[in-house]
Amino acid sequence: MAKVKPHRTSPSLDMTPMVDLAFLLVTFFMLTTKFNPEEPVAVDMPKSTAEIRLPDTNILTILIAKDGKVFYNMDNKLKRAQLIREIGSRYSITFTPEQVERFSVLPSFGLPVANLPEYLDAEPEARKELPQPGIPVDSLNNQLKDWLVYSRMVNPGLRIAIKGDGAANYPVIKKIIGTLQDNNISRFNLITNLESAQ
Amino acid sequence: MAEVSSGGGGGGHKKGGKVRSKKQSTKIDMTPMVDLAFLLLTFFMLATTFNKPKTMELVMPEKPNPNDPAPPKVNEKNVMTILLAKNNKVVWYIGSTDPQPTITSFSATGIRKVILEKSREIGKKFVILIKPSDVSTYKNVVDILDEMSITNARSFAIVDMAPADIDLLKAQSLY
Repeated sequence: MAKVKPHRTSPSLDMTPMVDLAFLLVTFFMLTTKFNPEEPVAVDMPKSTAEIRLPDTNILTILIAKDGKVFYNMDNKLKRAQLIREIGSRYSITFTPEQVERFSVLPSFGLPVANLPEYLDAEPEARKELPQPGIPVDSLNNQLKDWLVYSRMVNPGLRIAIKGDGAANYPVIKKIIGTLQDNNISRFNLITNLESAQ
Repeated sequence: MAEVSSGGGGGGHKKGGKVRSKKQSTKIDMTPMVDLAFLLLTFFMLATTFNKPKTMELVMPEKPNPNDPAPPKVNEKNVMTILLAKNNKVVWYIGSTDPQPTITSFSATGIRKVILEKSREIGKKFVILIKPSDVSTYKNVVDILDEMSITNARSFAIVDMAPADIDLLKAQSLY
């Protein structure tokens, strides 16, 4: 009986199709990825069964941290530059062109207006060390109201979204909703995580 | 491609022959490139988040205008008040005179069942007042709004707590 010789195949195989596919996927993911902007605080959003998607543009986000600090963010670079000039004239602070440029790409921030120039002058890395006391929302010094009013002035089509931490106490929420209502904003969005219905 | 590209096929001087140009193999080692491609692929796949944040829309009543006509009166028997107390507890009662508060929770068998029962009982005139207390959290508010959408409650409103409600919660030691 003749021995059956194992058929030897060459160990090298043509990887070209696989590489094609790999690069296709890399390109796809590179183009579709939108990196989440870095938030100054971690916000653990409550879950809900709501399924409305948040629009991509013209969004003003009010961030509420666990400890009740309020942060502000708005998209659209050009509108932000306009906004900071308006806010500057409201609070008689002159922002340098460089500060305006830096503000227009700033992520969420929670500072009284008076502290903004100093914050903007700091290097992005050093900014993380600076304390952020939150935007004042007290009835005596309600700066959030000014941010809202001027934001809506520079961008009338703005939608207001509240991104709150589930553990934030209700009085803070009440103050913010009250501020919104005082400015005739009665329709706004609450950003939540998706929960499957039980 | 796990092969090392050996320096070409046809080289070398043959005795007395022509000097041939050295032919390079057309195969190149693609392994490092593939490594890199898959590294990037893994990174982007893990960094991508496909599920965008969802939102719930909340419409609050507009500021009352003094010229507006007075709002229509509602029979208190049709009004259910939901108080959001501390420790994720919910207290509810019907009507406003001599309320009979019941403590329940945010689970499907808790407040949702009550809302569904009452809305079937009362029908279209059913009105829900949500009163979050100062000791409740944002999560509670979102949860109860979520219940509103799950139970298809038509008319509900978030209102401030009355002192009587605070006393009521204090009596249950939930404030």
